[in-house]
Amino acid sequence: MPETHSTAYDSKVEGNVIFTRFDAALNWVRKNSLWPMPMGLACCAIELMATAASRFDIARFGAEVMRFSPRQCDVMIVAGTVTYKMALAVKRIYEQMPEPKWVIAMGACASTGGMYRSYAVLQGIDQLLPVDVYISGCPPRPEALLAGLMKLQEKISRERALKRQKPELVERLEEALT
Amino acid sequence: MTGEELFKSLAESFAEKIQRKTEFRGETTYTIATNDLREIATFCRDELAFDYLLDITSIDNFGEEPRFEIVYALYSMPHAIHLRFKLHVSEDVGVVDTVSDIWPTANWHEREIYDMMGIKFNGHPNLRRILMWDGYPFFPLRKDFPLQGLPSEMPDVAFTKITPLEGGPFVTVPSTATSKDREPRARAPEL
Repeated sequence: MPETHSTAYDSKVEGNVIFTRFDAALNWVRKNSLWPMPMGLACCAIELMATAASRFDIARFGAEVMRFSPRQCDVMIVAGTVTYKMALAVKRIYEQMPEPKWVIAMGACASTGGMYRSYAVLQGIDQLLPVDVYISGCPPRPEALLAGLMKLQEKISRERALKRQKPELVERLEEALT
Repeated sequence: MTGEELFKSLAESFAEKIQRKTEFRGETTYTIATNDLREIATFCRDELAFDYLLDITSIDNFGEEPRFEIVYALYSMPHAIHLRFKLHVSEDVGVVDTVSDIWPTANWHEREIYDMMGIKFNGHPNLRRILMWDGYPFFPLRKDFPLQGLPSEMPDVAFTKITPLEGGPFVTVPSTATSKDREPRARAPEL
């Protein structure tokens, strides 16, 4: 009579199965496919386009999908001067992005208002939206934008996604395990 | 026709209407009254071939009477000659005739003057703000409007706040020191 053994995994797929934490997998998936919402308002938008082009390929990071619909985006890259006239429109677009969402303030104008200390320029988009990464420069070089994107990826990898999004489930699991 | 002939025919047709003529390094400027603007403008475009309105701009001489000046810069493409007209507008009147049907480019220039300085234009087809939003309560390029702006609020449309100037607008201290000392991060306002 043939013997049956219980094994942890099927020997045919041995070596092709990875055990990991759910948070780590979720964060890996999210950080490597950040679809940007290009809020290209001024000159920084040109450098954003350059970063998306072939020489400084942002597609290496999975972020070449620049959809102009906020419903399909993960990260809003505010690239350029935010005037008071445009400010509430930017906020409205941000509110239309589904969770989880992040914001990169690219350039001096989006971070702090830049050289425009005047009556018409919002002194930094962080007066309206929560910013995750600030990139300095006027405009920042494409390599700087990619460095900022990588910093955002590091921030995402540290997130406790499951704990933040499903707190009751995590509580019940912890109770069941203790 | 050369420049002198053009200006001579202009001076002959409107001798009594030209208040002042100045010439500086080849640039001619005529000061005229607001009532004569359209007549002189039509003459310049039709008879003298000044077909290109380069710019209209406004000046705020805060404290003087009349307060505002409007400057028209004309250019004649066939003759390659520049010409400049100035008008004085006092604050109580605050209205000038439009030239947007004579030179269509004046449409946006006059909207900008209305937006920034508050001078209205009679007969303008679309006189509303062009840079700031409709309903913004101030005229930003007037001399009594501060550089850092004034707070305003239009819910769901726009808002403005006062900008931190850190003792500016020009924070540099004139001296021959190194740039680290010449350009402090902030400067206490001089009292």
